[in-house]
Amino acid sequence: MSPLRRRLDLVGDRALFGVCLSAALIAAAIIVLVGYQIVDGASAAISRFGFAFVYETTWQPNFGEFGAGSLLFGTAVTSAFALVLGAPIAIAIGLFLTLLAPVGVRGVVGPLVELLAAIPSVILGFWGLLVLAPFVQAKVEPFLNGALGFLPIFGSPETTGLSVFTASLILTLMVIPIIASISRDLFQSVPPELQDGASALGATRWEVVRGVVLPTTSSGVVAACLLGLGRALGEAIAVSQVIGAGSELQSSLFRSGDTLASRIALQFPGALTELHKASLFYCGVILLVIGLASNLIAQAIGRRFSYQGVAAR
Amino acid sequence: MSETAVPDPAAPLTPSGNLRRRQLVSRATELAATAAAVVAVGALAIVIYTVVARGAKAIDLDFIFTGYPTGVGPMLLGTLVIALVATVMAMPVGVLIALYLTEYSGARGSGVLRLTLDLLNGLPSIILGLFVFALLVDHKQQSGFAGAVALAIIELPLIARGSQEVLLLVPRGLREASDALGIARWRSVLTVVLPTALGGIVTATVLAVARAAGETAPLILASSVFDPKHFSVNPFESMPNVPVWIYKLSEEGNPEGFTEAWGMSLLLVSFILFASLGARALLARSKRKLSS
Repeated sequence: MSPLRRRLDLVGDRALFGVCLSAALIAAAIIVLVGYQIVDGASAAISRFGFAFVYETTWQPNFGEFGAGSLLFGTAVTSAFALVLGAPIAIAIGLFLTLLAPVGVRGVVGPLVELLAAIPSVILGFWGLLVLAPFVQAKVEPFLNGALGFLPIFGSPETTGLSVFTASLILTLMVIPIIASISRDLFQSVPPELQDGASALGATRWEVVRGVVLPTTSSGVVAACLLGLGRALGEAIAVSQVIGAGSELQSSLFRSGDTLASRIALQFPGALTELHKASLFYCGVILLVIGLASNLIAQAIGRRFSYQGVAAR
Repeated sequence: MSETAVPDPAAPLTPSGNLRRRQLVSRATELAATAAAVVAVGALAIVIYTVVARGAKAIDLDFIFTGYPTGVGPMLLGTLVIALVATVMAMPVGVLIALYLTEYSGARGSGVLRLTLDLLNGLPSIILGLFVFALLVDHKQQSGFAGAVALAIIELPLIARGSQEVLLLVPRGLREASDALGIARWRSVLTVVLPTALGGIVTATVLAVARAAGETAPLILASSVFDPKHFSVNPFESMPNVPVWIYKLSEEGNPEGFTEAWGMSLLLVSFILFASLGARALLARSKRKLSS
């Protein structure tokens, strides 16, 4: 090998390593920079309102009064609703895809469920506005009010169908594919010997699921749900299209409401004062903190979980 | 002397008592799981059906190639340009991150880097909108480029993850053969590893583009004030784009606008569905080829 080539290789090796390393650093830098810019944008609102912003519920841009309490409430209600409804469905889909469906059906249904995640949120929201909301208003709200009207959350039906309830349904559609595809992968990783062992002892299919599949994957499933929660918390567009942009705290799910993310999408383009913008950035800070926290917890749980360990025991 | 119960050999072989109950429970849960899958696929079918049924009416050649009010050409062009710029930024960085993960990083470094990618992937897109607004738009002007930066951040973890999966499938034998010939690391990475994985990397990128093309939240802040008549290819001004225009039309509440929005939704959804289904099929194929 010529000395020139050797020197070139030395340089080339270092250069490639350097370029790859800097790409990795860019990824880390983006996270830091995003955090910095959001907090920086919110600084005026942070110094003006302090921590009280998080629980104050007045939001009056004309008077320069801002508080994210009702938005936080709306975010919590819609995401919790979406998770309570979506997680069981999604986990059931995961079970269906791993244990029940014949291979042919599996190959079709699996990708279809994932396609649900590929539909842009603005189109899902548009569909929610024109198709789902009228249906909810005409059929679902009267039915739920009639059957379960004694619960304050199912109040009397409203006129438009643009409500916390409709927004939660749209979010449910968004969390299902996430949780379903992760839990399917988890269920597939359960060692078949364990399942066969349970079957050999006479367990029915459901008993195999309850006794073997779910216990071995439970922490992973929880992590999947947290990832779904992160998705639901941060969805801005679809929610802003169907939630009706109300500002008060409502006990009924059929009334309009608003979430942190959707308030940003609705009001930021038209925000006039710097304080208004800073307050919306403050909403972003809250969203970022909750979102990162749920994501980190999900990763921590997911990492602790390891099926190889289960198999080795 | 107690008599042990001798089972009646003529009894029918059907479950009774407790076993029967257990089997019923099991059957019921199987049904419920199937129903859940039907619900999800049904919801997808209803959404797609509505988009196709209501959007097909709006679409003709004028709709695709002319500007507002007869068509949505500028929006389609703008979305194309923004997605292209975003991909040009995200793809090299994503592939290099994947290379770093597979070629260089130790277990610890790759753990940290993967966590970073997961966190990036989990960032709400509206947050990225605020980010590019603060970084590139505030005190300046809206631009397609600012939107593209946000979309690039959305694409980055997807491309990095997808490429890493394919790179890990590159057969050891190829690398070892290259090492045995005394070829330097960087040469074998550039001439052996990357070309082998190229097909998979491209499809991972297509999947990422399909995901980013419909993102609305960042563009609302980055590129939402535009002239829907004007065909623009200059990313340093505010560019018309499909998602924001659908959003605006849906907020306006005018029936003609709704038809237009359904038409655009159909174009966008068909692009996304074809791109992601096609890419998925190709990815499965190239993975099979690499692992066989």
